[in-house]
Amino acid sequence: MNRMISYENKDTPIHKLSGFTKLVFFLLWCITSAITFDTRVLVVMIIMGAMIYIISGTKWEQVSGVFAIIMFFMVLNILGIFFFSPYEGCKIYGSRTDLLHLFGNYTITSEQLFYEFNVLIKYFTVIPSIFIFLTTTDPSELAASLNRIGIPYTAAYSLEITLRYIPDVQDEFRRIKNAQEARGIEMSSKGSLLYRIKNTAVIIFPLLFSSMDRIEVVSNAMELRGFGKKKKRSWYSQKKLTAMDFATLAFIILFSIGSLVLTFADGSRFYNPFI
Amino acid sequence: MREPIIEFKDFSFKYKSQKEPTLKNINLKIYPGEKILFAGRSGCGKSTLAHCLNALIPGSIQGDISGNLRVCGNDPGKLGVFGMSKIVGTVLQDTDGQFIALTVAEDLAFALENENTPQDELFEKVGDVAKKLDISDLLECAPGELSGGQKQRVSLGGVMVCDVKILLFDEPLANLDPATGKRTIELMDDLCKNDDMTVVIVEHRIEDVLHRDIDRVVVLSEGEIVADMTPDELLCSDVLSTHGIREPLYITALKAAGADITPDTHPQHIESMLIDPYKENVIQWFHKTERQKSETCDDTILEIENLCFSYDGINKTVDNASFKVKRGELFALVGKNGAGKSTLSSLICGFNKPNTGRILLEGADIAELSIKERGERIGYVMQNPNQMISKTMISEEVGLGLFVKGVPQDEITRRVNETLKICGLYPYRNWPISALSFGQKKRVTIASILVMKPEILILDEPTAGQDYAHYTDIMEFILKIKKALGITIMMITHDMHLMLEYTDRCIAMADGQLIMDAKPFDVLTDEAICDRAYLKKTSLYELSLKCGIDDPSEFTARFIDDERRRRKEACDEQNDIL
Repeated sequence: MNRMISYENKDTPIHKLSGFTKLVFFLLWCITSAITFDTRVLVVMIIMGAMIYIISGTKWEQVSGVFAIIMFFMVLNILGIFFFSPYEGCKIYGSRTDLLHLFGNYTITSEQLFYEFNVLIKYFTVIPSIFIFLTTTDPSELAASLNRIGIPYTAAYSLEITLRYIPDVQDEFRRIKNAQEARGIEMSSKGSLLYRIKNTAVIIFPLLFSSMDRIEVVSNAMELRGFGKKKKRSWYSQKKLTAMDFATLAFIILFSIGSLVLTFADGSRFYNPFI
Repeated sequence: MREPIIEFKDFSFKYKSQKEPTLKNINLKIYPGEKILFAGRSGCGKSTLAHCLNALIPGSIQGDISGNLRVCGNDPGKLGVFGMSKIVGTVLQDTDGQFIALTVAEDLAFALENENTPQDELFEKVGDVAKKLDISDLLECAPGELSGGQKQRVSLGGVMVCDVKILLFDEPLANLDPATGKRTIELMDDLCKNDDMTVVIVEHRIEDVLHRDIDRVVVLSEGEIVADMTPDELLCSDVLSTHGIREPLYITALKAAGADITPDTHPQHIESMLIDPYKENVIQWFHKTERQKSETCDDTILEIENLCFSYDGINKTVDNASFKVKRGELFALVGKNGAGKSTLSSLICGFNKPNTGRILLEGADIAELSIKERGERIGYVMQNPNQMISKTMISEEVGLGLFVKGVPQDEITRRVNETLKICGLYPYRNWPISALSFGQKKRVTIASILVMKPEILILDEPTAGQDYAHYTDIMEFILKIKKALGITIMMITHDMHLMLEYTDRCIAMADGQLIMDAKPFDVLTDEAICDRAYLKKTSLYELSLKCGIDDPSEFTARFIDDERRRRKEACDEQNDIL
C-alpha cells in the first residue's frame, strides 16, 4: 500500500500541538526561509529543522520517495543557476574570486559557490518542515485550522474530503485495472509504454464515471446533514490551544522577527563573508 | 384521534425530465411512532416518495408538485433540505457514501458541526449516540476499518445526533449480508421502541424487513398506492406477487401447498405464526412433490489446492482453501464481507499471487500465466457495470477485448454479433451505452467477457441492489448463457434466494477458510454454518419443522425444485406469447 507522506498518529510533542499552531509555524517558517539569504539564520534553521524532524518520529520510509524527487529538481535548479547566471554570486556580493576556469565564459568563483550553497540550504530548511507538517497533522484538524485562519470552511472541508476518498479511489483504480487486464488489456510492464498510455482510457473513464456517481451520493449526503447551511461551522477535531501551543507560537513569531532583523541589519538580504 | 406526523393529500409529482407523473394522487397518513414500510419494484415511485419527505424533492431534484404534503406540520418544500434535516434523518443505501468524515466520531458529529454547535456539546452528544448504538470503541476508526454493519450503525448515529423525529431508511439492506441485515432490522426496531421515533423504511426485501414488527406496509405500483395494510393482511393477499415483489419464502411455500392463509394466523413472522390450520396441506404437498434429478458432470475444470494468501504476512485472508469445480457447474461463493471471497477470486484471476498452494485449470498449473493470459480462459465481471464500461457504443465495448488482442475486424464483428445475439442485445448493438438501464449494462459487461470465449465466468454480486423482477431477469439471462455455452459459472453473492434458486452448489467461507461445500439447501438449513458465514437460515427450515417435517433440507430442496419448474413453465409460456 502506498502511504507516502500521509498522516500517522503517534504520541510525540509535535503531534500534540494543535494543527493551527503547526500551520502558523509552517507558514512563518517558510516565509522566513524564503526571504532571508542570511547564512547564519539558515544554518540555525537547518539545525532546528533536523531536531524537530527527530522529535516528530517521522520515519525515513514515509518521506524518502518524495525526498528523492525533490533532490532531483534541486540538482537541476543548482546547475541551472550556474549555467544561466554563472556570476550571480559576484553581482550579489560585489566581489570576484576565481577558483577554476571551466570553458568559454564559465568560471567557478567562491562567490557563486557560496551563493549556490545558500540556495541549497534554503531547500533544506523548507523540505523537513513540509514533511513534518504533513506527517504529524491530522487532515481533519488541518481543515479545522485552515478554517480558523480565515479560509472558508467549504474550501477547507473539500480538502478533507479529498483526503478521505483518496484510499477509496486508489482501491477502485486497482480493481478496475485488474478487471481490464483480465479482459486482455495489458497494463503491466509486459506491454509497451505507448500501448499502456493508449489504454489508460479503459481505466480512467470507468474510474471517472464511478467517481462522479460517488460525488453525487456524497454531496446529497452532505446536504441532507446540513452542510453549507450556516456561515460558520464548528469542528469536532479542533484541538484547544494549550500552553505549549502559545509558547510555540510566541517562539516562531519572535524567531521570524529576529531572523529578519538580523538579515536586514546590514541593509541587504544577503550575509556577505567576502567583505 | 392523533394528528398524523406525515400527511400526503392528493399528492402528485412529475420529474422535470419525464412526461408522466411518477407519483399519482397519493393519499397517506402516518402517525407518530409508527413503523411503515414502503415497498414496490424499482421505478414504482417509492424512493421518489421518500425524497419528498426529506425535501430532496423539490430541493435538489426539480419537477412539478401538486397537492399537499405536511411533515410535522411543515411543508418540506418551504423548509428545504436543510430545514428538513432537523426533522427527518435520512440513512442512505450506500453507507460508504453516507460516511463523510475521516473517523467515526467526526462523522457522528458532522451534522452538529454544520449547526456550529460548540465543541463541548459535540463531544457530549457524540458520546451519547455512540453509547446508544454500541460503537463507543470505534470512535477513532476510519471508514475502511469498519464492517458493513458497523458502518450502518455510524450512518444511523450520524442522523440521530440531531434528535430527529422521523428516521427514513432508503433501501438499508441492499449492501448487507443477510445476518448483518437482520441485525440492522433489530437495531431499527429497538430504536423505534425506545425513542418513540417514526420510522419509514423503503425496501423491496420484504421478508428481511418483516423480521421484526412493522405497523403498516404501503405498496406502490406505477406511482400509485395499491395497498396500505398490516403485514398480516398483506401476506394473505396476492398484492405482492401481482406487483412483482417477492413474498417471504414460507408464504410462497404455503401458497404453493394450497393453503389459504388468513390474517388471524399472524403470518408476519414464521416463528410466531399459527401453522396448525395449514399443516395438513404442507405435509400432503411435501409427500406428493418429487425431487428432480440434477445432471452431474464428472469432468473437473478447475481445482484449487491448499491455497493460502495473506496481504500483510500475519492474517491469512485465504487459509488453506481446496475445492474442485466441475465443468458446466453454476456455484455460489458465500460468506460475510471480508471472509475472503473476493480475495479467493482475485487469486484465481491472478490479480494476487498465492503464498502457497496451486490452482489447476484443466489439470495444468496456471501459476505462470499472467492476468491477461488467465483472462482469456477465466472471465471476471465486476459488481458495478459502470466500473468496466469505457466505450460509448455497445458493439465497441463488447469488441474491445478482441480489438486489443489484434483480432481482424471482420472476425471481431462476427464474434461480437454472435455474442450479442446470445445475450439478447443484438437489436441494440448500435445504441450508446448511456441509454441502457442498469440491468442492460450488466448484460453488456457480461457480453464483453463472453466474447473472449472463457471457460469459466466469475460474477461478483451479479444482482446487488436489484429488485425481484430485475434480479430474476439477470439470473434467467445467466442461466440462458450457461445453457447456450456450457460455461462454468462462479458467483460471489450475499443473496440467499439466488443461491437457493439458481445454483447447484454453495461454498461458504468464514475467516478465510472454506467451512462448507454442499448443496445450497443443505447450507441454508445448517444453523451453525449460517451463523459463521453470516447467512440467515431460510424460513423454509422453520416452516418444515413447524409442520412436523423433520428433514428441512429435503423440504427446501423439493420446494426449490417445484419453484424452478413453475418458473420455467411461466417463462416458456411468456416465450410462447412472444
